[in-house]
Amino acid sequence: MDDLVVEFIAETNESLGLIDNDLIALEQNPNDKGIIGNLFRLVHTIKGTCGFLGLGRLEKLAHHGENVMGRFRDGDLEVKEDYVTLILESVDQIKYIIGELETTGVEPEGGDAELIERLDAVYEGRDGDNGGAETPENNADGELSKEPNPSNEGGLSDYDLAMLQAAFESVPSDDEAVVVVDEKEEKPASPPAVVDSTEKKVTAAPSSIAVQSLRVNVDVLENLMTMVSELVLTRNQLLQILRHTKDSDFDGPLQRLNHVVSDLQEGVMKTRMQPVGNAWAKLPRIIRDITVELGKKIDLQMDGQDTELDRQVLDLIKDPLTHMVRNSADHGIEMPDERLAAGKSESGTILLNAFHEGGHIIMQIKDDGKGLNTARIREKALENGIATEDELAAMTPKQINQFIFAAGFSTAAAVTSVSGRGVGMDVVRTNIEKIGGTIDLDSIEGEGTTVSIKIPLTLAIVSALIVESSKERFAIPQLAVQELVMASAGGVNKIEMIKGSPVYRLRDHLLPLVYLDDLLKIKLNTPTQESHDMEIPEPNNDNRYIVVIQVGGYRFGILVDKVYDTEEIVVKPVASILKHIELFSGNTILGDGTVIMILDPSGIARLTGDSPMAEETEKSKETRKNKDLKKTSLILFSSLDGSPKAVPLQLVSRLEDVDTSKIEYSNGKMMIQYRDSLMPLIKFDSSMEVSNEGRQPTLVFSDGRRSMGLMVGEISDILEDYINVEINSDDELSLGNAIIDGKATEVINVGYYLGQAYSDWFANHGSEDFADDAIDMDSQKRILIVDDSPFFRNMLAPILGVTGYSVEMAENPIEAMAFLEKGEMFDVIITDIEMPEMNGFDFAENIQQSKWADIPMIALTSHVTDKDIERGKSLGFHDHIAKFDREILLNALTDTIRNAKKLEDKAVAEGI
Amino acid sequence: MGDSLGGEVTNFKRNRLGLGEEGEPKAEYLTIYLDDQMFGIPVLKVQDVLRDIKFTKVPLAPVEVSGALNLRGRIVTAVNVRQRLGLPPYDGEKKSLSVVVEHENELYSLVIDSVGDVISIENRDIGASPPTLDKLWKDIADGVYCMEDKLMLVLDVSRLLESVH
Repeated sequence: MDDLVVEFIAETNESLGLIDNDLIALEQNPNDKGIIGNLFRLVHTIKGTCGFLGLGRLEKLAHHGENVMGRFRDGDLEVKEDYVTLILESVDQIKYIIGELETTGVEPEGGDAELIERLDAVYEGRDGDNGGAETPENNADGELSKEPNPSNEGGLSDYDLAMLQAAFESVPSDDEAVVVVDEKEEKPASPPAVVDSTEKKVTAAPSSIAVQSLRVNVDVLENLMTMVSELVLTRNQLLQILRHTKDSDFDGPLQRLNHVVSDLQEGVMKTRMQPVGNAWAKLPRIIRDITVELGKKIDLQMDGQDTELDRQVLDLIKDPLTHMVRNSADHGIEMPDERLAAGKSESGTILLNAFHEGGHIIMQIKDDGKGLNTARIREKALENGIATEDELAAMTPKQINQFIFAAGFSTAAAVTSVSGRGVGMDVVRTNIEKIGGTIDLDSIEGEGTTVSIKIPLTLAIVSALIVESSKERFAIPQLAVQELVMASAGGVNKIEMIKGSPVYRLRDHLLPLVYLDDLLKIKLNTPTQESHDMEIPEPNNDNRYIVVIQVGGYRFGILVDKVYDTEEIVVKPVASILKHIELFSGNTILGDGTVIMILDPSGIARLTGDSPMAEETEKSKETRKNKDLKKTSLILFSSLDGSPKAVPLQLVSRLEDVDTSKIEYSNGKMMIQYRDSLMPLIKFDSSMEVSNEGRQPTLVFSDGRRSMGLMVGEISDILEDYINVEINSDDELSLGNAIIDGKATEVINVGYYLGQAYSDWFANHGSEDFADDAIDMDSQKRILIVDDSPFFRNMLAPILGVTGYSVEMAENPIEAMAFLEKGEMFDVIITDIEMPEMNGFDFAENIQQSKWADIPMIALTSHVTDKDIERGKSLGFHDHIAKFDREILLNALTDTIRNAKKLEDKAVAEGI
Repeated sequence: MGDSLGGEVTNFKRNRLGLGEEGEPKAEYLTIYLDDQMFGIPVLKVQDVLRDIKFTKVPLAPVEVSGALNLRGRIVTAVNVRQRLGLPPYDGEKKSLSVVVEHENELYSLVIDSVGDVISIENRDIGASPPTLDKLWKDIADGVYCMEDKLMLVLDVSRLLESVH
């Protein structure tokens, strides 16, 4: 029998069983809305499911029953005793059909025309108020007693009756159902024998299927699973102890325990297993809808539906799977005419296949469509900046095709309702990797695409390799481990170093290595970087093991001190306060009772790797997160030694090629006449030689009327990138390092150089030059900057500093409030809007209620919408400024301070 | 694994939410000590009290996390409360104790100096913490209960754990 039908029967029987009780109550209280409601829902569900399963007779009956029930439920028909009988009769008839279905697998032949007619009569109000009472009763008897008659031939053979009678008698626990029958019997006064047999059929029915499948709460199974897992662990522990004792009396019993536990584990695991077909059930419908919508012809074939896997895993792959099949149908399979033109059959095929392979399930989605358009993917990758031309040139088509797993990647020219929204394949990949699976894609243009997913059978118990590093043990899921290599000092198996990065020659490949203790920062005697450099000089480095890990297409080695056994471990999630540590996928309790952390190979790959895919997802994640926050235009230049440096473009007012012969010297400082004033020139590298002739590339920084030139080696590029500067606070020359265009680039601290220039400037010219400056220099204005990005803080501070403001900085509003508590006062507060702990608006609200309420505030934000400005205004923000807009910021500051001053003066004047 | 003192605690639990003489609802607190300051943890939150615990270190974890341990097959994350409160490490000769609490279906063990009695107090007797209290402390205190000779700070376990990052 079809699994779905079996499930339907089990479910319906269960509902019917529940309703039996209600039916008794209904007799006593015919207008109980609750019961009627329950009945209505039951009949409604049956109707719906039957339509889906193609059970016409039952559907029809349920439909007409539902009509009547609907009227009762809505209260426009009062439930009279006769009607109760009719309802009961209908329920009985449903039970009968279900019972037949259960035993024979098909609906009994014949129809229920007569019963339906009576239902309709009630529904349409034709039954007459009183007269109807007689008819249904009589008819009910007639119907039931007639059942074995020609009108209902297939329904009830003598054989069935006999068998069911026997079954019935042997199942005394069905008393309740019999009670129903009895009560019902009394009213219509029908021939007991016949009704009995019908009823028995019903009561007997559950004894077959209900025994075969039992609905158990998932929690019970989960609990059972946990306990079995514990048992497995305890057994392992015992076995480990036994291994050290020879000829123990426990040998025999433990051996048996071992077997029983293994069987038990397997058995319990089975309870969680479901055929993969369950996850596929929705697919034919999806494909049908797509064919209708797009006018394609697609034949969906499924193979290996019975392959079983853990329901948890099944749940997790359902959506990715659906997505991929949808993709195949939408993007893969061509329109019929295109197919014919390409010499293929008019209708395309999507083949779903599932099979077991060594502790894994392989699932394939194969279509014979047009395949991936590698050229288009290539273009798109370039367009999205995922890869550079050079990188792409070195890639095989297969590698390029993998880009469809990158975030925000959709090659569909048009977005259809089916797919092409640019989210999807990356999510698919992430979901599959989350459960320790891998996804692989093969595509031949014009011939089709095959996506293979490899997923573990279960997530609950995995086999893991236990390793040790710096005296701490860790588990690595066996799934990711390719092989183990022992590296020895010297000889062929040595670890070699390339600029501090260990590598190992594994056959033909150069395997990048990571030291686990480095990675986890648990090194015992923190040796210097050089110690790795030499031919493994430390004795404990002597016989290191390399655990070769494969994550997607990226292979690398983890260096550990020791390798123990593999152990079956029960993965337990880490506590939520440790969730953020990417390197662990969970923790577990070992056979000896100790807790150990489980390493997450893909996390390690992401953190250390240069796997293009791994890095890409990471990068795009980062990108999405910081979308409009940190995209910055940078000028790249090189210092004398050629190392790349960068400076935000917005800070630079011009790039000049200074004619070195025009440089003038004063007190050993270099200057040049620039736009009718003297501009100090600062060498970026103090060792830089400036010849008397030729041109010198110079970055000109300008604030208001003052300018400064920074002479650099060579200006190499201007680019827009998301920069994520790692702040290096020790060095006042640089803000830190960022990866720009794939290279570690130093972002210079403009403030330092500006300071250098201006201290000279002030010394030489005195401050009277600035007397007419927009800002009154005598009373230095204090500004508080609140921004969570150290980069912005460090950049703004020098700009404002050299403009003559005194600047205080706070990382977040909380820190800013600390200034308030200390009783500090400021002339202006500049705050970022998007901040993690408290956003700028909330901050402003807080300020409004404090003694800082009168301090003008300027919002600094990366996206300014009218709504934001509106909101800002209402909260007392004087201005909204886009980040990095230096000129506007300075103007706004001046304006704000002026306005504040005016107000103050006015107030003072009025006060007098 | 620790030597469980769970039995005692379970006994305490038995009287949980006992009604006071006047029928006023009472709450029970397990008193713990950190640097001679008394704290109270709602007894209903306490699962177990352990001593002599061996932790597995968790690399890269927040500093407050002392490690993880196995309590009857469940993994418990140990949080050093002294560290969280900015107190110096415990240098007492006695071994420190751990109070196991459940928070959002996860078990955490709070590493403290020692435990005292379980006291039953009326909720209305708990006053607000002084506003001048150290911010680290104020964040995780749910009020102060004044006893004859000392003050007990009521520990908000959820906030304490949520503040570990």
